[in-house]
Amino acid sequence: MKFVIALYAPAHSPASRRALRFAEAVLAGGHEIVRLFLYQDGVHSASSNIVAAQDEFDVAGQWSQFVQTHSLDGVVCIAAGLRRGVLDEQEARRHGKPAANLAPGWELSGLGQLHEAAQQADRLVCFGGQ
Amino acid sequence: MARSMLIISRQSPWAGPSAREALDIVLAGGAFELPLGLLFLDDGVLQLAPMQQAAAVQQKDLTANLQALPLFGIEALYAARRSLDERGLAEASLSLPVEVLGDDALSALINRYDHVITL
Repeated sequence: MKFVIALYAPAHSPASRRALRFAEAVLAGGHEIVRLFLYQDGVHSASSNIVAAQDEFDVAGQWSQFVQTHSLDGVVCIAAGLRRGVLDEQEARRHGKPAANLAPGWELSGLGQLHEAAQQADRLVCFGGQ
Repeated sequence: MARSMLIISRQSPWAGPSAREALDIVLAGGAFELPLGLLFLDDGVLQLAPMQQAAAVQQKDLTANLQALPLFGIEALYAARRSLDERGLAEASLSLPVEVLGDDALSALINRYDHVITL
């Protein structure tokens, strides 16, 4: 089955950890992840600037590794990212900000990517919505 | 056939960017001419309240953007009757022409769509 997984809550929320565990289970079950899409506060899960305490689980770091290990299509909504300070090099430069913090594996793109993926997917599974 | 999507908007217009971002999903999908619906539920119905003064809390008024939805071909607009009643909003006063649905009709509506996003 083809899945799109959308996440709307930040890395420190239980929803982000649940989404990651779900994504792992999707692949372990032999299914396909068409795209991961981070929106609203979910964009914080793609920040490379999160410092987890030593005895805490580093969800954002795990996300970045997971996306890279499986060569997944990990998209962060650009408008939601700009609003919350999750920037890649190009956007940091464009807006005169001192640093880029988009974690490896993720890319910034538009909401059209969510719709396009939803058109291909059997299931759109959302985590951390209201 | 294109897969349909229902966006359920549950936040008031002054409770952060959620209402704006739910609307943005609808507008982005409208550009692709996808079969979309937008349901205002719970505090989300407050987005339909007339005569808002968003500037008083340094916010942008979403009303004009909402009213543009039919121009973008998005006419499947719904509001929950119970949510309106609980907040004292009369159907006739709303700033957008929406179909007002009771609880039973709500579950039928949600079942009709392939994908559902709740923000």
